[in-house]
Amino acid sequence: MQREIETRIRPEKGWKLIDLNELIRYRDLLYFLVIRGIKAKYAQSVLGIGWAIIQPLFATGVFTVVFGNLAGIESDGAPYAVFAFCAMVPWGYFSATLTDASQSLVTNSGLLNKVYFPRIILPLSAAFSKLLDFFIAFIVLAFFLIFFGIRPGIEVLFVPVLICILLTTSLGLGMILSAMAVQYRDVKHASSFMIQLLLYAAPVVYPASKVPSDWLFVYSLNPMVGVIEGFRSAFLSTREMPWEMILPGGVVGLCLFVFGAFYFKRLERVFSDVA
Amino acid sequence: MSEKAIVVKGLSKRYRIGLEEKKQETFGSQLWYWIGYPIRNFRNLVKLSTFRKIEDGRDIHWALKGLNFEVEKGQVLGIIGKNGAGKSTLLKVLSRITSPTEGEIRIRGKVSSLLEVGTGFHPDLTGRDNIYMNGTILGMTKKEIDGKLERIIDFSGIRKYVDTPVKRYSSGMKVRLAFSVAAHLDPEILIIDEVLAVGDAEFQKKCLGKLQDESIKGRTVLFVSHNMEAVQNLCDRVIILKEGEMVFDGSPEDSIKTYLREYINTNHVKKWDFEAAPGNDKAKLLGSELIFTEANRNFFFTNEQIEFRFRVWSNIESGRIDLTYHLRDELGILVLVESTGFISDEQIGNGYSIISSSIPKNILNQGTYTIDMALLVLNRGTVLAKAKDLLTFEILPLKSDELGWVAKKEGVLKLRDTAWKINKEESTDIREIN
Repeated sequence: MQREIETRIRPEKGWKLIDLNELIRYRDLLYFLVIRGIKAKYAQSVLGIGWAIIQPLFATGVFTVVFGNLAGIESDGAPYAVFAFCAMVPWGYFSATLTDASQSLVTNSGLLNKVYFPRIILPLSAAFSKLLDFFIAFIVLAFFLIFFGIRPGIEVLFVPVLICILLTTSLGLGMILSAMAVQYRDVKHASSFMIQLLLYAAPVVYPASKVPSDWLFVYSLNPMVGVIEGFRSAFLSTREMPWEMILPGGVVGLCLFVFGAFYFKRLERVFSDVA
Repeated sequence: MSEKAIVVKGLSKRYRIGLEEKKQETFGSQLWYWIGYPIRNFRNLVKLSTFRKIEDGRDIHWALKGLNFEVEKGQVLGIIGKNGAGKSTLLKVLSRITSPTEGEIRIRGKVSSLLEVGTGFHPDLTGRDNIYMNGTILGMTKKEIDGKLERIIDFSGIRKYVDTPVKRYSSGMKVRLAFSVAAHLDPEILIIDEVLAVGDAEFQKKCLGKLQDESIKGRTVLFVSHNMEAVQNLCDRVIILKEGEMVFDGSPEDSIKTYLREYINTNHVKKWDFEAAPGNDKAKLLGSELIFTEANRNFFFTNEQIEFRFRVWSNIESGRIDLTYHLRDELGILVLVESTGFISDEQIGNGYSIISSSIPKNILNQGTYTIDMALLVLNRGTVLAKAKDLLTFEILPLKSDELGWVAKKEGVLKLRDTAWKINKEESTDIREIN
C-alpha cells in the first residue's frame, strides 16, 4: 500500500522556498515540456535543428563584417570571427532563454488555469530546452577552433563554472521576468528590445579590455561579462582567466537566482487569477 | 466512522472585478485622462493581486463564501448550481490552481483534476507525444504512461493516426485522444468539471461508462455538471451552490428536485388572467399545468405517465373546436403533435372547461421536454387561441434502468418493453436459411 499523501490547502502568505520534493515528483512533466519545447520549435521546418547552427553563424558573419572589418574593432589577437562566435555561444543561450522564459507563463496561461503543477517548471523547461542549441553551438565552436588552428588552454577546465553562472543568471532573470509578465504585459514589449540593447552591455562584439579600468568593476557586475570573457580565455587563450570579472558577476548571478526563486514563489499564487 | 477524503473548512475566495470607467466630458478632463493613463493602468494591474486588510468595495467579488463540507472516501459528490454559483472556482481551489482567500482544505490521497480535456496538447506534436505531454500534466509519471500507452491508443480508436501531428486531426479525433488519456488516470481523488459535454455521443458513453467503473472501485470523485441525468446516475450525494454558498446537501434525487424547483425555470404551471390570456372573444386558453403523481416532486421518471391539463374558456354557439399541442425536446426537435379531435359546442359550449391528456409511460427518453405551443382551432380553419412556451419538464432515468450505461442513449424515445427475441438457426448452411 502506497503511503497516503495529505495535502493542505490554505491561503498563502509571505516569502517561501521553492518546494524541491514536489519539483522532483513532477520531473517527468519537466522532461516532456523540455522535449515539447525542442520538438515544437523545429517542427515542420526543412533545416530543423540546423537553424541552431545557422542563427549564431549568420550573426557572427554580420558582426565580423560590420565590427571586425568596417569598424576595425580589435579582438585581443584572435581572428575576429572566432572571437565573436566564442561570445555568441553563451550570449545566444542567454538571450534565447530570457526571451522564452519570460513569456513562458503567459503563453502557457491555458495550463495555469486548468491544472496544478509547480509553476516553476515552465521557466525551467524554457531554460533547459535551450540547452540543446547551446550544445550545438559548442560543436560549431569546436569546428571554428580546428579551422583556425587554435588550441584551448588548461583554462577550459573552468568552463563548467562559467556555465553555472550562465545558467543561474539566465534562470534567475527568467523567473523574475516571467512572474512579472503575468501581471504586466509590458515585460513582453520591453524585454525583446532590451535583450538587443544588452548585447552592447556585454563584450560580445568588442573585447572587455576596451572598457576604461575605472568602470571595470561596475561593468563586470553584469554576469555575462565574466562569462563571455571567461569563455574567450578558456577557448582562445586571449587572456588569463578574468576572475576579477567572473567573481562579481557570479555573485550577482547567484543573487538573481535566489531572489528570482523567492519572487517567483511569492507571485505564484496569483498567477491563475491574473494571467 | 468512515475516512474523510476531503475536508473543507470555512473556504472563501475573493476576486477583483473590473469597474466601468467614468466617461470624460470635456476636452480638458479627457487630456488629463490621457496623461494619467499609464498611472491608472499601473494601479489597476497592481490591484489585481493585492487586497487591503479590510476591503469591501464595489469591485470585490466573493466567488466562494465560507464553504464547509466533507467528502468521504469513495463517495461520488456532485456539485450543481447555476452559472456563476462558484462551482468552477471551488474546483480550481480544490485542485490548487488558485489559492483560497480564507479557510482550509485537507485532502488525503493523490488528486487528479480534469477541468478541461487535452490540456497541454501541442498542435505540432504527434498524438503519441501528446499522450505523454497531457498525461504528465495530469499528474501521471512517464512509467505509468509507458504501461498504459497501448490501452490508451486502443481506447481512443485512432491508432492509425497516432504518429501524425495533432493539428491535422479533426476536432473529434483530438477529443477522443484527450479523453482516452483522461480515462486512464488512476488517482485516488478525481475532480471533474463539465468536460463530458464535448465529443461525439458514442464516445462520451464509452467514457462515462469507464468513469462509472472507476467510481465503483471506491474512488472519490467530485463532479460538476449541468446534466441532471449524469448527476442522478453517477453521484451518491449532491450539493447545490448558490452565489458562493452551499444551500443544499443531500441525496441526488432531493438535490435535483430542489435545484429544479428553485433555480431553474421549469414551467410546471402556466396561468393567464382572463384579459391577458391568448385567444379572442370566442375562446381563450387560460392556462396549463403538469400533474405530478407525488406531491412535492417536480420531475418525472421514465416509467411514469406524464399528465397535464389545459384550462379553456369558450363561447361557441355553433361549430366544433379542437385543441392541439406541440411537444419538443431540448434540441428543439418536434417530438409529437397531438389533437383532441373535434369537440362539439355541446361538449364545452359557453364557459370554462378543463381538457386533460397524458403521455404514456416508458415512451419518452430522459431529457427536458417542452410543450411549446397549443392551439385552439375552430372548424379546422380559424385559429382562436395560440400560446407558446407552456410547460417544461424534466424526465430522469431510473437508476436501475441502465446498469452499466450511464450516459443517455440517443433518441427521443426510450422503450421499455422491446420484446427482443433471439433464435438460433438450426442449420449452418446459408442457402438453407435464406
